[in-house]
Amino acid sequence: MRLPDWPGHVAGQHVDVRLTAPDGYTAQRSYSIASPPEQPEVDLIVERLDDGEVSPYLTDELRTGDQIELRGPIGGFFIWPEHSDTPVQLIAGGSGVVPFVAMLAHHQETGSPVPVQLLYSVRTDADVIARNELRPRNGVDVVLTFTRDAPAGWDGPRGRIDRDKLVGHTVSPDQRPAIMICGSTPFVEALTRELVALGHPVERIKTERYGGMGDGS
Amino acid sequence: MNASDDTDARYLDGNAMGGPLAELFAPDLTAAMIICANCGNEKPLAAHPVYPDAPAMVVRCPGCTSVVMRYVSDQRGVRFEMTGVRLLTIAEGSDQPA
Repeated sequence: MRLPDWPGHVAGQHVDVRLTAPDGYTAQRSYSIASPPEQPEVDLIVERLDDGEVSPYLTDELRTGDQIELRGPIGGFFIWPEHSDTPVQLIAGGSGVVPFVAMLAHHQETGSPVPVQLLYSVRTDADVIARNELRPRNGVDVVLTFTRDAPAGWDGPRGRIDRDKLVGHTVSPDQRPAIMICGSTPFVEALTRELVALGHPVERIKTERYGGMGDGS
Repeated sequence: MNASDDTDARYLDGNAMGGPLAELFAPDLTAAMIICANCGNEKPLAAHPVYPDAPAMVVRCPGCTSVVMRYVSDQRGVRFEMTGVRLLTIAEGSDQPA
């Protein structure tokens, strides 16, 4: 999207998109920004929910050149910790990976020295969002786990994120990582509990819950 | 989840209040610290459960579940109630516009 008068955003922020029907009925949803601040256009990644009020319009009807009403950028809590002096651990379920796509792109654009790990739980290979942006590289470790079907030949983790996967594929508590979790409400709650049980201080864990009715992996 | 789930299962968190509250306040409030008027629990707004499906957006205390804020934007305008907040603190330097 090209947004006139866009003030710029920070990685992790979202926008509220509002649709108004001819009879005045409005529906509004929040979408995380997928693009880094360094890119002038703003990218959203929208997961189509069959019974949704907003996402079917955005994914099926919206055409290049159309205008939409949105508010943003929004949020000062769930944002990239710009000057972190400890590693950053990102944990995503399903489309909860979108703010992390922006963070990893920003990390690359700025040549950030902060080590980052992403643990990303997704149903199937076809559900992986922003595959190119999620490639592991120097200083960035990315681990996927497939909760429904893994691709042929996959020898990485399978199944939902549990305590064993957290121990094996996330930054350990002694490194005091800044932890960010984004996914469905049950996903966020379960993993926050597990991380606290593993010894991470709850103050080091920032979370964002989204309202999608998908399984959130 | 499915359509038979009750409303209690469909809560979000205070990150979702960022946009609505930007209609009223210049600074971002999702990172603001809130002390619950009922139990004294202190957490960022973003860490509060938010029930978006009620007639109002209802923000509850993560400690005692008391209502700390209610927000409605409809044909009558914007209404915002925060008697459940004892103290709201915006940290020095966090003046990032919402």
